[in-house]
Order: sequence, then structure tokens, then C-alpha cells
Amino acid sequence: MNEQIKFIQGNEACVEGALYAGLEFFAGYPITPSTEIAELLSQLLPQKGGKFIQMEDEIASMCAIIGASLTGHKVMTATSGPGFSLKQEAIGYACMAEIPCVIVNVQRGGPSTGNPTHVSQGDVNQARWGTHGDHAIIALTASNHQDVFAITVDAFNLAETYRTPVVLLFDEVVGHMREKLVVPEKGEIAIVDRLRTSVGKGVDYHPYLPREDGRLPMSDFGGDHRYNVTGLFHDMWGFPSNDPKVVKDLLHHLVDKIETNVNIISRYKEHYLEDAEYIMISYGSSARSAIHMARHRREKGEKIGVLELQSLWPFPEAVVREKCAGAKAVIVVEMNMGQVMRQVKACVDRPETVFLANRIDGKLITPTNIKGILRVIQGRGV
Amino acid sequence: MERIRLVFTGSGGQGVITAAIILAEAAVIFEGMNATQTQTYGAAARGGSTRSDIIISDSEIYFPEVEQPNILVCLTQEAYTEYSSIIRPGGILLTDTRFVTTAKKVDAKQIQLPMYETVMEKIGKPIVFNICVLGALLGISGILKPESVMEVIKTRVPVDFVAMNNRALDIGLVLGANR
Repeated sequence: MNEQIKFIQGNEACVEGALYAGLEFFAGYPITPSTEIAELLSQLLPQKGGKFIQMEDEIASMCAIIGASLTGHKVMTATSGPGFSLKQEAIGYACMAEIPCVIVNVQRGGPSTGNPTHVSQGDVNQARWGTHGDHAIIALTASNHQDVFAITVDAFNLAETYRTPVVLLFDEVVGHMREKLVVPEKGEIAIVDRLRTSVGKGVDYHPYLPREDGRLPMSDFGGDHRYNVTGLFHDMWGFPSNDPKVVKDLLHHLVDKIETNVNIISRYKEHYLEDAEYIMISYGSSARSAIHMARHRREKGEKIGVLELQSLWPFPEAVVREKCAGAKAVIVVEMNMGQVMRQVKACVDRPETVFLANRIDGKLITPTNIKGILRVIQGRGV
Repeated sequence: MERIRLVFTGSGGQGVITAAIILAEAAVIFEGMNATQTQTYGAAARGGSTRSDIIISDSEIYFPEVEQPNILVCLTQEAYTEYSSIIRPGGILLTDTRFVTTAKKVDAKQIQLPMYETVMEKIGKPIVFNICVLGALLGISGILKPESVMEVIKTRVPVDFVAMNNRALDIGLVLGANR
């Protein structure tokens, strides 16, 4: 038996990816449909010398990983809908204090406790604007277990590279479904490690003084240097400041470090996109239905393809605009009321050609559902 | 192998989901195929109705749910009533004589086997009923090698129970092959 081939749930593939990326600390509070992530890590992390803590709630879990990250460790928490709401305040703190961390949200039906055991993609905008104030954030997603693994590794890498929280927006279907995962060999996927300061012990260390390349080397909190960390606007020492220039420069920095790198951060896959007249844009489990449908339609000679988004924030506007430029119609396939569709409409040249193919009843949208909507769009009736 | 779609239905506690996982895992790990397994996920535990969808294929599988199964297994009357109509025309519908009375006319090959009865008579433990069902399925369809399924079972059950599971699988294989 080849141990590198596994037949597992998406949640387990996420755990495998996190461990591959170097996860050392997990704090969480179990919630369906993300529970398997906490369950499996409670078993595996201690075996690998890491720490697993089940906290009293989701707020505490988020705060715990922020603290652990500052001490120099790679950290993650996992939750779903209501738990993701609770984490928002602390996610804002991590944005402001620039603390690398990964937050998994295995989406279920909302709002509120909603539809706990069923699929939804209704947290796309919450991932972007769930915490208050201008800020930037990275949110990634995937539709199959090989990609769940890779994008989880990516999430850790991006968190370290940009010193930011990264949200992994999975969904119930991908989380619970079982399929094949081939675990890559060590070294096959590059790992980004913590950038630590070269300033020696006893020498003043400025936690928020950028290097020439704009990056901010970190010092393990509680180690060689004493410094301040705050959710208030702060100077290069990390101490609170309301000096207008400090405030403005910091906000520019927080937004620009991610938004100006959107082309580097953008992740997507093309399926049958060459010469496609009808383009479906989808992500997560709904992309599986879109690709399934495109494959069958291509066999019948129809020019239809799928642009599968794997990064949702910062929204890959340039990619979407370019790929959709020649399309007769763009159909956004998602399981919400059009959260990504609105982004697509905002960035394509002809927003009137953008349509929504959605399903919001807790069931996975099917290829048949999409086919029906496409017929209407093409003027062929139901 | 062509793409094959299966739906296993029954009630919580019968091992329907476990059997589905074992079958799909055997296809992936020991026969180099692709497979997906999904299940209805709710508050149902022992006693509630359960359903698991499996797709086995040598190409990529995208949409993981089964709308028209080639093979449908119904282990309760309730499941039979609810799902017998979704069978793909010409498919195989496997039921257990103890739990299901086939009444409907279905456009499929209906196979009724005394799996539960035989397991109780020869082993006396209902816990391996699901493995017997898997054996029968393999005996009827030959979709995977029984050894592949047995290898997965070995990784999932305590060592003392492997022989009993092996017997249950064999009982099913014989029932399925001699139907």
C-alpha cells in the first residue's frame, strides 16, 4: 500500500496540507462542518511536537492563534459560519498588527446557526468585510482534495509573505466528501518560513520598520526583544499613535501590501476555456458541477468552459476581465445570492452579459440545474 | 473501467456508510482508480435513514453525487420505497430478503438475497452484515477484486475481527455469485 495515496475527506486534506506547511499550533472550537479538522489535529499535532488546544469558544481560539503566531509559530484555526462571525474582531486585530495566521471556514448555510449540515457559499463577502474598517485580506478556496492540500500550503506561505490573516473558504461538500489525495513529497511544494529579524539581542528592534523591500522581519515575542503590539494605529515601535501621517501611512501600507500584489496572489484554473463562447465562473464545490457540465457540453461540440477561481480576495479582476472579454455570456455558478457575480459584473467590460446560476437550498448545485439556467440565457427556453 | 455509479441506502447503524467508504477506498488505494464518496449528512444516527453515493472511474470525477445509479442497494423497506425509482434503466437493485419486500415494478435487475439471515446463521453477529452486502455486490458485479476490499477492511477493524469480516465477505461473494 502506497502511504502517499490517501482516500480521505476534504477536511482531512486540509489538515495534511497544514502539517506539510509546518503548522505548529492549532486552537479551535469544534463546529459542523469543520469538526474533522480539529478532531484530526488533536490527534496528529501532539505526535509531531505541536500544540492543540480546544478553547472555550471561537473568539478565544482566534486570540490564541494570534498570540502563538507572535511567538514564532505557524498557526491555524478552523470553524464554520457562526464561529467565523465570532472571530471577526480578532481577525481585524491580526490585520492591524500584521500577524500571520490561517483561518479555515468550512461554509454551511447561514445567516445565524442556519443550516449546519448543508452546503453553502454565503460567506464570501464576510471573508472580505467581516471585520470593520478599511483593510485588505487574502481568501482562497478549492474544489478538490489535491487543490485543498496545495491551497492550504499556499495559505500558510501567503500569511508569512504578507504578514496577514489568510482565510481558507471551503464548503461542506468539499469538506465532507471523500476522494483521492496524493500527498506530495517533502520539498515538492515550496514552503515560506517566518522572516525573522537579524537584529541581535540587546539591540533596539523596530517591529514595524520595513526593510528596503517593504517587508517587516519579526522577532519571536517573549524572546530577544521587547516590543509593543496593539490594535491601535501605531508607529514603527508598535506604540499607539493618532498622528495623521502615521495613521494614513499605516492604512496605505495595510491595503497596498496585498492589493498591489493581486496579480501575484491570484490563483485560478482554466477548464475548456480556449475559444469558449459561454464562460462559467465558479469556485469550491459548485465548480465541480460547472466543470462536469462543460465537459459533457464540449463532447457535443458546444463552446463552453469554466474559469475556476481559487483566490477570491483580493478579487482577481484583471484575470476575470481578460478571460471574459470575448464571451457571449458569463455565468457565475455559486451557492449564494450572487456574491461573486457582483464582483464579476463590476470588472467585466459588458456587465449586462453576466448571469447568476445559483442554488441556495442547502443542496449542491447540479449540472442539470446549470444546464436549465443556461438554456434560458441562450434563449432556448426551459 | 467505465464510470460506475452506486447508491447505498439503509438505516443508521447498518453500516451503509462504512461499506460505501470501504468500497471507494479499495478502488482508489488498491486498484488505482478514482472514486468519490458522499453521504447525506444530518442528525440521523442509529435508526435514521442514510444514503451514500459512490462514483468509481478511471477518469476525473467532478460532480460527486449520483442521480441515476447503475447499482442501488436498499437495506430497508423505507429506503426501497424512497429510492427504487432512481435506478438507471437496466441497472442492478440489490435488496435483503429480511428487510425488503420488493413490490414495485422497476426497470432494473432486482436481486433479493438472504444476506442478513445467512450472516446470522453462519456467524451470528449482525455487525458484519454490511461486509456481507459488499461481498454480494462484488459477487454480482465484479466491479473490484475482493482482495482489494479485504485489504481496506484490515486497516479499519481490530485484528481480532479480521477473520470474521473475511468470512462475511466470502458468504456475500458466494450468495452474489450463485444468485
